Amino acid sequence: MKIKSTLENYLFVLPAVVIFVIFYVIPFIWVFQLGLYEWDGILPTKTFVGLSNFKEILFEDKIWWQSMWQAGYITLIALTLQNMLAFLLAWACDREIRMKNFYRVIFFIPPVLSEVVVGLVWQWILDGNYGLLNNWLAHFGLQNMARNWLSDPKTALTTVAVVHCWKGFGWGFLIFLAGLQTIPRELYEAARMDGANAWHSFRKVTIPLMVPVTVMVSILTVLGTMQAFVLIIAMTGGGPAYHTQVPVLRILGSMRGSSRFGYACAQGITFGLILIIISFIQYRFSHKARQA
Amino acid sequence: MKTGAYYKTKKILVNLVIYLFLISVSLTCVFPLFWMVSSSLKTQETIFKDMSIIPKEFHFENYYLAWKEGGFGRYFLNSACYTVLVVIGIVIISSLAAYAFSRFRFPGRNILFFMFLAAMMIPIPGSFVPLYVLLSKLHLRNTAIGYILCMINVGLSTSIFLLKTFFDKMPKELEDAARIDGCSKFGIWRHVALPLAKPVLAVVVVFNALNVWNEYILALVIFDSKSLMPLQVALMSFQGEFITRYPLLMAGLTIAALPIILVYLLMQKYIIKGVTAGAIVG
Repeated sequence: MKIKSTLENYLFVLPAVVIFVIFYVIPFIWVFQLGLYEWDGILPTKTFVGLSNFKEILFEDKIWWQSMWQAGYITLIALTLQNMLAFLLAWACDREIRMKNFYRVIFFIPPVLSEVVVGLVWQWILDGNYGLLNNWLAHFGLQNMARNWLSDPKTALTTVAVVHCWKGFGWGFLIFLAGLQTIPRELYEAARMDGANAWHSFRKVTIPLMVPVTVMVSILTVLGTMQAFVLIIAMTGGGPAYHTQVPVLRILGSMRGSSRFGYACAQGITFGLILIIISFIQYRFSHKARQA
Repeated sequence: MKTGAYYKTKKILVNLVIYLFLISVSLTCVFPLFWMVSSSLKTQETIFKDMSIIPKEFHFENYYLAWKEGGFGRYFLNSACYTVLVVIGIVIISSLAAYAFSRFRFPGRNILFFMFLAAMMIPIPGSFVPLYVLLSKLHLRNTAIGYILCMINVGLSTSIFLLKTFFDKMPKELEDAARIDGCSKFGIWRHVALPLAKPVLAVVVVFNALNVWNEYILALVIFDSKSLMPLQVALMSFQGEFITRYPLLMAGLTIAALPIILVYLLMQKYIIKGVTAGAIVG
């Protein structure tokens, strides 16, 4: 009876565990194995090359590191522009205003759309010859500002980053707003009683209480933005030259472009480790900030 | 001395700035979508010249052409099938597991649950590489079932976590009553736990549906046959194939975006709940 009951319990988790082991655990282990091989993904024979894939990534693959810096640049813009916008909007909505829910609904439309749709629509708007943006610039007498936003090496990366922010700020907005709404109104009342003006109570009440939420949003932004790439495929495909390449695009390129499966896995491990280190540092840093 | 009128004017001005800010950002959010729809109603000749936001003539036949000639009808159905099957799979499998993790005691329970939890935290960039290899070995590459199983796995961990948190807080009295009435464990799961979990199941359904519908990279890597491709992949390859027929592309994009926006508007309550809950997970 007891045994039958225990077996029944396992039956409940069995489907989930089977799928998880086959489609998560095994691929996870394979990444570490394949990273040590040179393999084209087709031939049955793999060549063991030890750590030479990692050596190549660390010391020879200039484009890999360029793509890393470029992802970092996009992340930096997302951390500042996108999160600042999200916070300001949340702060503006966290008060007695009309149609609060309307804004909440609108701001979250870009995040629910697919990266393919967003990327292709913006690519059309930003098109150098027929795009709406350049047309408007010309209309307002700003022809000098018009350019091939996505095929000019000088502007491509920043343009991609701004579109990424457009797509993403709704997330931060919702989380910030939820955070702001947990701040008890009495605290603001008390601050006002003590003669604090709006700016003071913002600085002394809102900001300190929002530190944990801000840290969480920042960590999510970094992890999400560093790994973003579908939007970039849709907008530039990584070009012009390598100016909008990011690490995950390089991994895809190693796999499909140059058929180097082992190298692609090694890149995946390197990038995964870097992401874990970054979020760990962010976490420690915020921990200190909270104690101070 | 600052008078009441001074404060009143100041307040009105501040509010004005706030409303202007909110409205301009709202416009920036929806305008690209208007432009997408507007472009989808122009023709290949007018689309490069006619920059009016509301086109002079409405060429609705673009939608027919995109659906038939562009093949988006086919891809739309593919996407819809994948979405429905993956979501059904996730709901059944994750609710079974979450229920067991929450209610039953058995050896290995904590380790197994921790495994799913860890999977949510550890990023594997480029996981499509080993998945491609795996599916090739299982002879499931370029098959619908291979893609569906992969996508079930993608949504599994978070769904189990959300459901387990819900079950943990759910009172046990009803289940106890059902057990005394002689209901089996599966019967209780099916007839008591699942109906009570409806609000959180809605979150699971909506989020996973959006996720599968919008998924691109796994589908790109796994499918070779055009006949199996979902919308997102088809849209991207439509753009690169020959001289882009922009009106048809824009019609295709609208076809891909419309269900998402409809589902979002109908279910936004659950989506907002999910985002805030998901944030706590992270």
